[in-house]
Amino acid sequence: MADKSSSNAYWTANVRVICICLAIWAVVSYGFGILLRPALSGIKVGGTDIGFWFAQQGSIVIFIALIFYYAIYMNKIDREFGVDEQ
Amino acid sequence: MDQYTLNLLIVGASFAIYIGIAIWSRAGSTAEFYAANRGVHPVMNGMATAADWMSAASFISMAGLIAGVGYANSTYLMGWTGGYVLLALLLAPYLRKFGKYTVPQFIGDRFYSQSARLVAVICLIIISVTYVIGQMTGAGVAFSRFLEVESSTGLWIAAAVVFVYAVLGGMKGITYTQVAQYVVLIIAYTIPAIFISIQLTGNPVPPLGLFSTHMESSLPLLQKLDQVVTDLGFTAYTAQGSMLNMTLFTLSLMIGTAGLPHVIIRFFTVPKVADARWSAGWALVFIALLYLTAPAVGAMARLNIINTIFPNGASEQAVLYDERPDWMRTWEVTGLLKFQDKNGDGRMQYYNDKSEGFKAQATERGWAGNELEINNDILVLANPEIAQLPGWVIGLIAAGGLAAALSTAAGLLLAISSAISHDLIKDWMKPDISEKGELMAARVAMAGAIVVATLLGLNPPGFAAQTVALAFGLAAASIFPVLMMGIFSKRINSVGATVGMLVGLIVTCLYLFTYLGWFFIKGTNMLADVPANYLFGIPPTAFGPIGALLNFATAYIVSMMSQSPPQHVQDLVESIRVPRGAGAATGH
Repeated sequence: MADKSSSNAYWTANVRVICICLAIWAVVSYGFGILLRPALSGIKVGGTDIGFWFAQQGSIVIFIALIFYYAIYMNKIDREFGVDEQ
Repeated sequence: MDQYTLNLLIVGASFAIYIGIAIWSRAGSTAEFYAANRGVHPVMNGMATAADWMSAASFISMAGLIAGVGYANSTYLMGWTGGYVLLALLLAPYLRKFGKYTVPQFIGDRFYSQSARLVAVICLIIISVTYVIGQMTGAGVAFSRFLEVESSTGLWIAAAVVFVYAVLGGMKGITYTQVAQYVVLIIAYTIPAIFISIQLTGNPVPPLGLFSTHMESSLPLLQKLDQVVTDLGFTAYTAQGSMLNMTLFTLSLMIGTAGLPHVIIRFFTVPKVADARWSAGWALVFIALLYLTAPAVGAMARLNIINTIFPNGASEQAVLYDERPDWMRTWEVTGLLKFQDKNGDGRMQYYNDKSEGFKAQATERGWAGNELEINNDILVLANPEIAQLPGWVIGLIAAGGLAAALSTAAGLLLAISSAISHDLIKDWMKPDISEKGELMAARVAMAGAIVVATLLGLNPPGFAAQTVALAFGLAAASIFPVLMMGIFSKRINSVGATVGMLVGLIVTCLYLFTYLGWFFIKGTNMLADVPANYLFGIPPTAFGPIGALLNFATAYIVSMMSQSPPQHVQDLVESIRVPRGAGAATGH
């Protein structure tokens, strides 16, 4: 750990990216997959609507993308703040 | 070669591989027994996590649960995958940095309290034991159907195999057998799905097939399915579900997943903090291979079954009982498929006799009630037979189902035994125990846990998926909130965390017992398990998030009213928040 202020900045940056990722996580599953499904029912996908697709496939694919994005992002800021593992 | 010999050969070969791995990867130290010496490659660990995670419920029950209801049960798909996002972002990297062996150990150190640790051990044991029962019954079902032994004999065989590799190898043996088990189960699951998807839609990728055109009718597959199920009085497959129930249940599964100790400890086995992050991503990739296939399997199997029963369409006559296909005959033997000729016409009418709107039509057609009961659990196992696939595919499904059940059981048993030998014996009862003594204690605890799990599996309190869903509620309400608060807040103190965990655990248990019976014993429930009785309409299986909320709130309020944690604990929180120095923290 470098010093107190830079470690605070590192943690703030981490919490910020977590909040962004979790917002997307909630929107694709609870939003598009469940609560917003009736609102999106006009968009058709393979014999049904996009909400059904998000609930059964879309959300899972986006979950994977989120985790990898987070891993890549954190590796980058670990190095920037000098807190990566040597 | 007959089917029985083929099943025996394929299952026998898979077991031989697991035992071979066990002998090759014997654990020689506690570091190996608890955390595979932290030398597991993140992709390997992802694969092992996928097998550890995907249980008999995922492999055997889930597609059937989706098939039976359709859209409304998408909760299982989102819930059991979305938890990995929570795990990867909120828990795994920090707990890996902490660098110890068990989940209660983190809770004990972070909240500087033996009682917090003890409460965590109790939560862990309740969660893991409930969960392991489902695995053992699942293994029993697979054995009794494919190897034609009594379910109970099957259970003891399964227990013996787990005994060999879990007791010998600990986390090290379990990790490498889980990798092998993942390969077996994913091949077993996807091959029949690919064949069926080609038969129905011409698309060899099942997840794409689900949204393709059904070749026979030239309609989109899901539209065709909606049509045939509504023709029999069932709710349309893609029909809207209850938003409140779906949201709460999905949340319960997600938070529960992130709070399952046997999944969390898998992230202790990788070399670095960065690896823990990658590993969670790989785990979800391997899980998604099955989870993206499952909804296709469910929808296609539902369509296939109805087509088998009504070969000329749902508006024509049902098939004669005497002319039923062979797979129905074999599954009738297990009692998981039942036929009762209520109107005495010798045909198998399968329809929704609970639908008021369909009653008139049913009476007009001379139907006197639904005559065929199909247990959801047989859907995946019978899938290759329904689609008339070759015998080796059926053998493969048997091996896959057993791999799913055994890999999860082993992971759970490790979580239980390490909590007993490390948290209870080493750090509480007998701190001066030698390394060798602790390793021995871990092995004895493992053996004991296997025996208990097997005995409980012989008298299970509910069917596989439901018991598992209950474990999730408890994990969500007790473990997840304290772990998260321990990392993201420096202010939560020992009293707050202990009381919070107890409140989450007790309230959730009480809510479950009220509707499902004390300790799940049938007939002892105080209120009937029907929606009209639920508090705010919340079903007991979806209570986890409420328990979690109570846990968070209690911990916060109690901590605010008492002293801040001491400086060394605040320093500990600072140190787990940054990856640097993870290598050095491995020692105990």
